[in-house]
Amino acid sequence: MAAGGRARAQRPNLDKMERMVVSMQDPDEGVKMRSQRLLITVIPHAVAGGDVVQWLTQKFRVSEDEALHLGALLVRHGYLYPLRDPRSLALRPDETPYRFQTPYFWASTVWPASELDYAIYLAKRSIQRRGALLDHEKGCAPRIWQEHYDQLQWKISHAWDLVVTQAREQLRAMKQRRRGDRLVITCQEQAYWLVNRPPPGVPNVLEQGPERGSCAASRLQTCKSLDFYKWEIEYARKALGRNRLKSSVCLEAYLKFSSQRGPHDPILSGCLPSNPWVTDDDTYWAVNAPTAATPTRLRVERWGFSFQELLEDPVGRAHFMDFLEKEFSAENLSFWEACEQLRYGGQAQVPALVDAVYQQFLAPGAARWVNIDSRTMERTLAGLCRPHRYVLDDAQLHIYMLMKKDSYPRFLKSDMYKGLLTEATVPVETKRRVFPFMRKPRHCSPSPALPTAGPGGGGED
Amino acid sequence: MATDGLHENETLASLKIEAESLKGKLEEERAKLHDVELHQVAERVEALGQFVMKTRRTLKGHGNKVLCMDWCKDKRRIVSSSQDGKVIVWDSFTTNKEHAVTMPCTWVMACAYAPSGCAIACGGLDNKCSVYPLTFDKNENMAAKKKSVAMHTNYLSACSFTNSDMQILTASGDGTCALWDVESGQLLQSFHGHGADVLCLDLAPSETGNTFVSGGCDKKAMVWDMRSGQCVQAFETHESDINSVRYYPSGDAFASGSDDATCRLYDLRADREVAIYSKESIIFGASSVDFSLSGRLLFAGYNDYTINVWDVLKGARVSILFGHENRVSTLRVSPDGTAFCSGSWDHTLRVWA
Repeated sequence: MAAGGRARAQRPNLDKMERMVVSMQDPDEGVKMRSQRLLITVIPHAVAGGDVVQWLTQKFRVSEDEALHLGALLVRHGYLYPLRDPRSLALRPDETPYRFQTPYFWASTVWPASELDYAIYLAKRSIQRRGALLDHEKGCAPRIWQEHYDQLQWKISHAWDLVVTQAREQLRAMKQRRRGDRLVITCQEQAYWLVNRPPPGVPNVLEQGPERGSCAASRLQTCKSLDFYKWEIEYARKALGRNRLKSSVCLEAYLKFSSQRGPHDPILSGCLPSNPWVTDDDTYWAVNAPTAATPTRLRVERWGFSFQELLEDPVGRAHFMDFLEKEFSAENLSFWEACEQLRYGGQAQVPALVDAVYQQFLAPGAARWVNIDSRTMERTLAGLCRPHRYVLDDAQLHIYMLMKKDSYPRFLKSDMYKGLLTEATVPVETKRRVFPFMRKPRHCSPSPALPTAGPGGGGED
Repeated sequence: MATDGLHENETLASLKIEAESLKGKLEEERAKLHDVELHQVAERVEALGQFVMKTRRTLKGHGNKVLCMDWCKDKRRIVSSSQDGKVIVWDSFTTNKEHAVTMPCTWVMACAYAPSGCAIACGGLDNKCSVYPLTFDKNENMAAKKKSVAMHTNYLSACSFTNSDMQILTASGDGTCALWDVESGQLLQSFHGHGADVLCLDLAPSETGNTFVSGGCDKKAMVWDMRSGQCVQAFETHESDINSVRYYPSGDAFASGSDDATCRLYDLRADREVAIYSKESIIFGASSVDFSLSGRLLFAGYNDYTINVWDVLKGARVSILFGHENRVSTLRVSPDGTAFCSGSWDHTLRVWA
């Protein structure tokens, strides 16, 4: 069954759960087993919910909360079932008795559960209800079973005689067994069906979402054709020729990056005046608005981290533009901006944008002529015959590097930048209000999708 | 004919041997430069303090499993999509719903907010990616202005706008990624190479802005050049489907989350996997990963309903967050790093800070 096979491969967690329950049943290292008395019957090989949690806590060195959560997942997937109150698959961390599900009923063994089997199961329960019920079955919700029963009866009416015959046969065979075994088998079955046909309101743990791996590419993959190996060979050859950096160099870079950015990370270091999500006060956003008149100190500091950081901030970029104007090289930044517009703009605008850029920045005698080296200029001008969105990439990169290596370091050393740092604000911390009932109303903010009111409108307040 | 078949078998066998020998050489070359492990280098880094993050907002309103979400650049609005076809735009700070649209398909597995904040994109089992301009005009029906942009031959698993509202990058169950012009719906570039469904993608934050990474059911994470359509780097160390990929904030590395219950960090300059984030007690797949602003923390949502927070440098788990009542399907850190939002099959979204 291909679909089932694929679904199986999708669930490595089932394998891991199964290995876990196997080790939990190890006679030496596993969970403490005990015999459980249920009224007049004694059921062997039962475990207490609390012992399961303890075992998981010790084995995986985790907190009790986490162990309880993990144990609960095992129960929800039907690998453990409660001996009492079997209608809900929950793990209670106390003396409540549980048993390990027989591998026959494991989620990975029999899937998907057939409608016919379910019908037989429901038929058995329906027949039994007219007879003497075992204690633990009384608590079951009969209405749900009845609903299912009716639906199924309608669905497979042609096979109904078979279903009823099978049900009667299974019940008769059960009567031959010892009381204790009957109880256990009933519990096992009940747990199995709770997993495979969850009652309304209970999430289906076996649900996977849309099927994966059904596309043509997957089928190609499994074939491992000539094309597949040719691709691998070509890729490996190219990769062998690539320059690689030593791990130590790369990893040191993370340390440096993280330590530099740590104080700017609100989750790590908090933020001033306060984190809006924690205090319901959105001053932090107002103070750090994209076009705020007086940027905060942290923000101005970030402009010094990298050229990219400076350009990405509209306020930073504006100040940099001012600086370039003083140095009579503002056309570089304008050219770069125009190239960005081309690269990320609509396809239909490409020819017009390319032409506009050429006229303004590249043509001989252009109003804002940019200084590119002759080779790049030649290549660019040649490419303009057939304009596409990447035709200015070389020129753009050249100008970008020029600004990054030359103008940007000068900007950081300039009086202008130093002045910005000193003038920058440092918001005062506001603590969370002490009286919870005096909750601050949460301010709405205008959606970016709202049309701006007019020439004067559209600013952040 | 018989001799052709024989010839092809020999060629196939010899190609396979050649491929394997080259891959072996590649591993040797990579190993030569691997002179230290990340956790060794990170020994001198200060340990993180007490970690307390709580649910600060719970967004209820989806009638079915939440599958995907994305933040608006304004740091408070989000778009979310669910199994029943509903796509909702919220101001998550006030928890007000601002827009809602019902897609004509179920399992809307991908959604994205446009950089301008004026539009959203979404898609799923309809094999398409559609863009909806956001309008506050009561007389306008959002669905009327819908633009069908991308067309794939299998489900849409992920989508993202590039630096503007005018281009969209998509990933699909048909094994390909593609770059589209929104206005005309024209295919600008397609990316072939994955051997199975592509499940996720993320654009590189690099200054030259030309690459993105994708992850798929073939257990591979591939880095692509957007301009040429070529795969420039590939990593294959996961043992199962890769559900989520996200770049480290510096752009020099990326993290991945997989059904094999691990998250891994791959360095682009070293061209190798440099860290694995896993624990014996974590046995369910990671569906979604994202970094905090400084890259020190990695948040990962799992199919066991929890969110694990990892110390990226030291490799240890910092915290486990409970709260969701079904699998966590999507997780994104807000644009200014003040919080992260998780969406779950329990029909809710939670904002944590």
